Amino acid sequence: MSLRKLYLMFLKIGSLMIGGGYSMLPLLIRELVERHKIITEDELTDYMAVAQCTPGVIAINTATFVGYKVRRVLGAIVASLGVITVPMILIALIAAVLKPLMEYEIVAHIFAGIRLAVCALITASVFKLYKKTVTNVTTFALFLLAFLFVTVGGISPVFVVLGAAIIGLAWGGLKKC
Amino acid sequence: MLTFLYKLLLLFVEFFKTGLFAVGGGLATVPFIRDMGATYGWITEFELANIIAIAESTPGPIGVNTATYVGYLVCGIPGAILATLGLVTPSVIIIILVAKAIRKYSDSYLVRSLFRALRPAAIGLITAAGFSLLLTSLGVSANFTRFTFSANWYSLLKFGIYGVFTFFAFWKKTAKIHPLFFILAGGAIGAILSL
Repeated sequence: MSLRKLYLMFLKIGSLMIGGGYSMLPLLIRELVERHKIITEDELTDYMAVAQCTPGVIAINTATFVGYKVRRVLGAIVASLGVITVPMILIALIAAVLKPLMEYEIVAHIFAGIRLAVCALITASVFKLYKKTVTNVTTFALFLLAFLFVTVGGISPVFVVLGAAIIGLAWGGLKKC
Repeated sequence: MLTFLYKLLLLFVEFFKTGLFAVGGGLATVPFIRDMGATYGWITEFELANIIAIAESTPGPIGVNTATYVGYLVCGIPGAILATLGLVTPSVIIIILVAKAIRKYSDSYLVRSLFRALRPAAIGLITAAGFSLLLTSLGVSANFTRFTFSANWYSLLKFGIYGVFTFFAFWKKTAKIHPLFFILAGGAIGAILSL
């Protein structure tokens, strides 16, 4: 894939993601996994896992990962620039001239509707990843624990990711000896 | 002129620090930006709340949107660009290093067993994030640590709309439709029903 194509693809993803990091998930699955077949669902899950426990904006972390996989360092930079281009122009415009527009009630209604559609898309995407990864009791236990720790326990995702990494390492180490 | 350049540099450095230390995505940047407001007087608490609302409802990563907005308020277009680049730079550097390491050791037995446990946990985390996004979008506020819950009739209507969209996102005949059409349809329904 050429750098130009990579940039344009992430430009598209950056301009369609509304609602923060996770709203890019359905777009990533559609564009990268299904359409261009650059990465697999497993790789995408790995990237999202690492993107959550490393510092910085999740969407940028994920874009950098994918860009690196496609065209190394240059690809990483180009993909990240692709994600930020449209949002930057749009926000600068809003800050400069469109601010009154955001106060119209209809705009709030439109965005309330968009968010519901985005939530539905995320549900379907997460289910796709779930079906592929959670295949037995052990993986289900890890899935459920991570979910409960964050929602009910109020524990930071950083510690959940680190905990799961330690479990994986310990488990692998035990199996070997 | 000198104070302008100094401000630009300061924006870059402050947002670089934010990008380096904010772990957990866009909203994790908020405490850092609040701190900037207190230290430099760049933004008030009220403006910050507005910025977050705008950042959440426009396209793009929330952290990037917030940085662009604050940068613009402080130094116009150059400020918007430098604040955003400052926020993004640490991410790009760190992830390139991590990706290099993963590539180098991807065949190693330990790295593979690490990811075998990490993958289901990551999906649990994404599910949790999606769940809290859904609650916010439905206008439901719930705190599971304190067992509090509040909603209104609109929440029920919104849940119905979410249900219909979810059905179409799963149904074989419509699942292949590009996400953009879901987004457009959501916007239209939101405007018609005054959600």
